[in-house]
Amino acid sequence: MAPRQTPSQTVGPFFGPSLIEAGSENLVRPKTRGDRIVIEGRIIDGDGAPVIDAMIEIWQANAEGRYDHLEDDQEKLLDPAFHGYGRAATDAHGAFRFETIKPGAVPGTDGVLQAPHINVSIFARGLLKRLCTRIYFPDDPLNETDLVLITIAPERRATLIASGVCNSKVMRFDVILQGANETVFFDV
Amino acid sequence: MMSSYRRGDIEAHPPYAHEAYASTHKRAPRHPLIRIAHTLSEITGPRFGRELIRAGDIDLTHFNGGEAIGERIIVRGRVIDEDGKPIPETLLEIWQANAAGRYAHPDDQHPAPLDPHFSGNGRVMTDTRGEYRFVTIKPGAYPWRNHHNAWRPNHIHFSLFGPGFATRLITQMYFPGDPILALDPIFNSIPDEAARKRLVASFDIETTIPDHALGYRFEIVLRGRDSTPMER
Repeated sequence: MAPRQTPSQTVGPFFGPSLIEAGSENLVRPKTRGDRIVIEGRIIDGDGAPVIDAMIEIWQANAEGRYDHLEDDQEKLLDPAFHGYGRAATDAHGAFRFETIKPGAVPGTDGVLQAPHINVSIFARGLLKRLCTRIYFPDDPLNETDLVLITIAPERRATLIASGVCNSKVMRFDVILQGANETVFFDV
Repeated sequence: MMSSYRRGDIEAHPPYAHEAYASTHKRAPRHPLIRIAHTLSEITGPRFGRELIRAGDIDLTHFNGGEAIGERIIVRGRVIDEDGKPIPETLLEIWQANAAGRYAHPDDQHPAPLDPHFSGNGRVMTDTRGEYRFVTIKPGAYPWRNHHNAWRPNHIHFSLFGPGFATRLITQMYFPGDPILALDPIFNSIPDEAARKRLVASFDIETTIPDHALGYRFEIVLRGRDSTPMER
């Protein structure tokens, strides 16, 4: 009989000391190439209350648009000072913060270039499986043709796009788990 | 050629909303998930090297200059995919309550003793055959506030990455014969009985070390590759 997938279970409330290490929310080193950005946000539940015990992870390509992984064989530069993985816990206000760089564009299906994005996983007490979403960037021309973004109803699409004033290094990305303005989550 | 990963097995995994588990009520999304095709974003993922593993990460029974109290156990198993292919050099993170059923976490207010010689945190990499092994003490059961007289069965939390973003998994390992399993809303959120059984480790006399520690086996199956190649 073929092996079957091991079921998912919640991360629970007590992961902190084991999974969260100081500095895991900072993806950049002095020599990392690319435009520095800070992504800040909050995770909010169906009552509008902050989710104070969540873990959020990000995975992204480097500034050239290449993932630091054997299966990304694009002829783009790898950045030895950038891996692309970060992890943070939400605080007593449900807030999280990452220091990273804006990723370059990566090809999607049929060779169509995807808009620059950051892949996100969210784990928490009460989440029996992780939630996956993506952070896109405001005013990126590739957003108009991104095969993921354009399949989403326009009124929900905005939940995937970080907000930030022009030329600002600080982007805001809130995650609403349930209810009005619920963030779009993906079946990955 | 690159290929995508198989999707989450709908019989294996719990739903987001599970009435008996109160914390899901305000946290489960109401909209259905939107399925996206696998691209480089989903088939790539973070990698971790062995340099991450520190002394003590694979033996939780000694911490802070002393020996943890409790029943010493050995947990071992293999991490494979749905085709039975071993997943080598992948990181497992583990965390658990101490023998008295208390986590070394500031928010755990259960009035059971903390053990100064038990952190409850470990890390291990699978070897080239996908095998892992660590030594710990058997975690205690503890009460929680989900419903009247609610207790979590003995369990160890596992976090795995596998080869790509799509294969990430966090789960819990349970112990055979635990009477609380039948009453636990988290364990029973998994609708399929056969799937639930895959989270229960098996006692293993081969892993057991005479005069030292009982052994358990816990096999972990991550998603396999899809047979259809990924469109590029």
